Amino acid sequence: MATAPSNASELADGLVADGYLADTQTALVAWLALELGKPVLVEGPAGVGKTELAKALSRVLGRNLIRLQCYEGLDEAKALYEWNYRKQLLRIQAESDDTAWTDVHDDIFGEEFLLERPLLEAITTEEPVVLLIDEIDKTDQEFEAMLLEILSDFQVSVPELGTLTAKSMPIVLLTSNNSRELTEALKRRCLYLWIDYPEASHELEIIRLKTPGLPETVAQKLIELVGEIRDLDLKKPPSIAESIDWARALLLLGANDIDAKVFRETMSVIVKHRSDLDTVAERIGVKLADANAASSD
Amino acid sequence: MPRAATNTAPGSGFDGNLLAFTRELRAEGVAAGTAEMLDATAAIGHVDWADRDAMHGALSATLAKSPEDMRLFDAVFERFFFRAAEGAALEQGEQIAAGQPGEEGADRIDIEDLKQQIAKGLREGPEGAVRDMARLAVAAFGQTQGGSGVVGVDVQRIRRQLGLRSEPQPDLPEGDHRAQGIPSDRLRMFEKEVRRELERQMIERTQTLPPSRPLGDLERGLPTGPAQDLAEIHKVVAQLRRKLATNGQLLKGQRRSNAIDVRKTVRASLQTGGVPVVLHQRPKRPKRPEIFVLCDVSTSVTSSSIFFLSVLHALHDSFRKMRSFVFIERISEVTELFDKERDFKKVSKAIATDAGVADVSGYTDYGRVWKEFLQQIESELHPRATVIVLGDARTNGRPAREDLFAQIAAKAGRTFWLNPEPKLYWNYGDSVIEAYGEYCNTFECWTANQLGEFVEALARPGSDPKHAR
Repeated sequence: MATAPSNASELADGLVADGYLADTQTALVAWLALELGKPVLVEGPAGVGKTELAKALSRVLGRNLIRLQCYEGLDEAKALYEWNYRKQLLRIQAESDDTAWTDVHDDIFGEEFLLERPLLEAITTEEPVVLLIDEIDKTDQEFEAMLLEILSDFQVSVPELGTLTAKSMPIVLLTSNNSRELTEALKRRCLYLWIDYPEASHELEIIRLKTPGLPETVAQKLIELVGEIRDLDLKKPPSIAESIDWARALLLLGANDIDAKVFRETMSVIVKHRSDLDTVAERIGVKLADANAASSD
Repeated sequence: MPRAATNTAPGSGFDGNLLAFTRELRAEGVAAGTAEMLDATAAIGHVDWADRDAMHGALSATLAKSPEDMRLFDAVFERFFFRAAEGAALEQGEQIAAGQPGEEGADRIDIEDLKQQIAKGLREGPEGAVRDMARLAVAAFGQTQGGSGVVGVDVQRIRRQLGLRSEPQPDLPEGDHRAQGIPSDRLRMFEKEVRRELERQMIERTQTLPPSRPLGDLERGLPTGPAQDLAEIHKVVAQLRRKLATNGQLLKGQRRSNAIDVRKTVRASLQTGGVPVVLHQRPKRPKRPEIFVLCDVSTSVTSSSIFFLSVLHALHDSFRKMRSFVFIERISEVTELFDKERDFKKVSKAIATDAGVADVSGYTDYGRVWKEFLQQIESELHPRATVIVLGDARTNGRPAREDLFAQIAAKAGRTFWLNPEPKLYWNYGDSVIEAYGEYCNTFECWTANQLGEFVEALARPGSDPKHAR
C-alpha cells in the first residue's frame, strides 16, 4: 500500500500526479473521509468527475476499487450477498442417508455457501479497499435503508449466520446526480461533497493535463466557448468529460484555432441533443464567424 | 448586539461558537442535527484552524448536505464570521477600516478615470485586486454623493454609476475597458467586496453591529419576472420531472399485491391442465390526471402565473391531457400557444397581445370567468379531471360567485387553488380566497419548494382532497 497522505494538500498532490485535478474542497473532503472513516456522498451534474474521483483515490492510496453500479430494482441478492443455492443442493445430495438433518442444516448455511456481492466483499477483504456506490439515486428507498447498517457500523447482518463485521475499513464514496432527494438518514451518515462545473482556470488546467499537445490558444478558446455554451438553456450542458473529448478531437484534427468551420464540424462532440445543436449553432457559431471576419479585417 | 456578546463570552470557547453557528444554520432552515455537529467537531480537528478555506470546507462537508443547504451555508458562514470578527474588533475599540485610498492626495477623484481604472483592474488584474477596486469605488462614491443608508441599494448604485456590465457594450469608444464586458464572476466578486466594504463602514460609523438579518425568503423565491433566465426555470422543472418519475416508481413498489386478473389467470392455467399455477395480476396503472388550468394574468400576478403555466406545460408528459386558459375579465384558451412555443418571453408576449384577454379594465372578474368556463367546458368535466386555478382571488369589489365555482368543483374530481401571495395577505382587502377555499384545496405557492410540494400532491393518485377535508 502506498504511504498514506498526512494532510489534504498531500492527497491533492497525489491525485494530480495520478491525473485527477482535484480542487481544494474535493481533496479536503476526501482526506476527511480517510481520517474520520466516514462515507462521502458526492453530488453534482453528470460528467464532472464523480466516479473518476473514486478511481483516482483507489490508485493514489494503492487500494482495490470495488464498484457497485446502482439501478432500479437492485436488491440485496445482487448487492450484498446470496446463498449459493446449487452448492447447497449438491451438499445435501452428497450427504449419506443416515446423517442427521440438523447437522446438514447447520452445515449448509456456513460461510462456505455464501456468495459475496460487492458490499459484503468490500468489508470482508483483508486489505482495505475503496468502495464506490455509483448513482445511488437510481435505486429505491428500500435499498438505501439497507445501506445504512453497512455505512454507519461497517457490518452486515446475515440472519442465518449472525453479524459479519468489517475486517478492514473501506473508504466509501456514494455518487448521485441529485435526481431525487435521498433520505435524511443516509445523508446524516455521510460527509457531503458537491462537485460543480469547475471555474474556467481550473478547467483549463484539467484540459492541459489531459491533452498536453493542444496549443495553448486553442485550449483557452475552448474553455471560453464551453463556458458560454453552459450558460445557454440546453437540455444537456457539456460537462468536463465533454470538454476533454472535444480537446482530444481538436488535437487529432490538428486544429490551430477554433473558427466557425471547425466549430461546426466538431460541435457534436460537446452537444448531444438535436434541439441543443440548433441553439448552439445559432448562438455561438454565428458569433464565431463574426469574430473571424473582424479579425481578418 | 446580544448575540455577538454571547459568542465572545469567556468560557464559551470554540464549542460555543460552533453551537451558535449551527443554531444560526438551523434558523435558516438547514437540517443540521446533533450527529452533524459531532461530525463537524471531529472534522475541524483535522484541519488548520487559521486557514479560512479549510475551515469552510470541513464545516460545509459535515453540516450542509444538499446544494440548497450549501448555498444557505455559504451565506450564513459569511455573515457569522464577518460579524464575529467585526464584533471582536469593536470590543477592542480598534479602527476597523484600513486607510481609505480616497483620503490621501487628491480631494476629488476623476470619475471617468476611475471607471477605466476599475474596469481594467477587474478584467485583467489578479483576483486580489478586486478588493482594492471595491474600496476605491466605495471611497469615490462616498465623496460624490451620500449613501442611501441601505447597503443593497448602494451596491447597485455604485455598479450602475461605474457602468460595469457583464455583456459587451459596443457603443462605448474604442479602447474603453468596459466595451468587451466584465467577466460575470469577477463582477459578482466585486459586488460582494463592495457590499462588505459598505457594511464595514456602517459598523464603524455607528460603532455597533447591525442586527443580524435573516436571509429572507425572497432569496429563495420563485424566479418570476420574464427578465429572469429561462435556463433557471428549466432547471427547476427538470428536477420536478425527475422527482415525479421516481415517485411513480415508488408507488409501483408499494403495490405489489394487486387485484387478480381472472381472465388471464384462467387462460394461463390451460397450459398446466387447468391448475392455476401462475397467477396473473391486473396491472395498476399510475393515474395520469386530465388537467384544466385556469390562470389569472392580470397585472398583479402575471409573472408568476405565466411561469407557472410554463412549468405545467413542461411537465406535459406526466399528464394525460392538459388544457390551459388564461383570464382577466374574460377567459381564453392558450393550450396551442404553449404547445408551439417554448420560449418563456415569447409566450408571455403572445398572451399579452393576442390571446383575446385584452380587456377594458384589466381587473379580474372572477364571477364572469366561472360563468364562461362553465359554458365552454362543463360537458367535458368528469370525476377524473383536475381543475387548477392560479390567482390571488382578489375580486376588485366584483361579485365572487362562489356558487358557480362550487359547481365547477363538484363536476371535477379534484380542484386546486394556487395563490401566489404569501399566506399572510390572504383574506385581507378584497381577497376572498376563503370563500373559494370551501370547495377546493388551497396552496400557497411562491417559492420553488412550494411549487414542488404542489406538483407532488398533483401527481399523487387516489386521494381525493375534497373528501379528505
